[in-house]
Amino acid sequence: MNALPQSVTPAPIDDPLTIAGRAYRSRLLTGTGKFKDLAETGRATEAAGAEIVTVAIRRTNIGQNPGEPNLLDVLPPSRYTILPNTAGCYTADDAVRTCRLARELLDGHKLVKLEVLGDEKTLFPDVVQTLKAAEILVADGFDVMVYTSDDPILARKLEAIGCVAVMPLAAPIGSGLGIQNRWNLVEIVENAKVPVLVDAGVGTASDASIAMELGCDGVLMNTAIAGAKDPVLMAHAMKLAVEAGRAAFRAGRIPRKRYASASSPLDGRVG
Amino acid sequence: MKIVLNGHEADVASDATLADVVASAGLAGRRVAIEVNREIVPRSDYAARLLAAGDRIEVVHAIGGG
Repeated sequence: MNALPQSVTPAPIDDPLTIAGRAYRSRLLTGTGKFKDLAETGRATEAAGAEIVTVAIRRTNIGQNPGEPNLLDVLPPSRYTILPNTAGCYTADDAVRTCRLARELLDGHKLVKLEVLGDEKTLFPDVVQTLKAAEILVADGFDVMVYTSDDPILARKLEAIGCVAVMPLAAPIGSGLGIQNRWNLVEIVENAKVPVLVDAGVGTASDASIAMELGCDGVLMNTAIAGAKDPVLMAHAMKLAVEAGRAAFRAGRIPRKRYASASSPLDGRVG
Repeated sequence: MKIVLNGHEADVASDATLADVVASAGLAGRRVAIEVNREIVPRSDYAARLLAAGDRIEVVHAIGGG
């Protein structure tokens, strides 16, 4: 047979997650912070099957270990979609500045994760500054995936501004509390025409499954994986959980009923 | 002359370019993004960009984050 190289005709993706016009197989997006070292970051990202990974933009250490490996050597932009975040920004101006630096760093790359924080204790988003930054960034040509509170009205406004994905929190960043307000998430999902991803608050695999069963398009997590005793194994668990939750959502669950309903037929019983 | 590099004062030659600063910081060829006085300088302009005393330079890169 005259086999073509596989790269010429990539297999069509069943049930893709499409963000800013690009289709992804994986609905699990992972952060790259808090891992023991870059090798562990790489192994966990691989085990998660993530195709989109978040990174932070920070000052380079001048004159310290110039030869040390770089995160983008372990997670090359040729293989992963790099999603620079604005973590640590408390004003719209700082967030916009960070996104512009990220765009330069990544050779014109337009996809960013916008987060403007309001409070160090909760790390809840400052939604007023978030809206302002989103408007500036969209006007400047960025594809904005926006971290926000689980407020359906706000989610709608962010979508109207032109954000390419809305990412409500499930619980505070790094808290591991899981999905706290599932009916708000359902409301956001039902109203949205852009992907809705749970970003923040997942603690373990079942939390990720619940998010997907509610109809979310994906889940973004960092601490739940990096902070686990075995991050690589947890990354694997999260991959399965997101896939299982998505399949269950597509399959359509049975309605909840108060009383039993026998699984075996009543006819033909002996006696 | 003195400039401020990532928040720290640094001494450079009076005819120094941004490329000189990048090279002396051991960052030549590394993936970084640079602002001078809050304006982004494209990578292709480092060699042509002359610095002035008091310039505030920010050099950033990507690190792990969520």
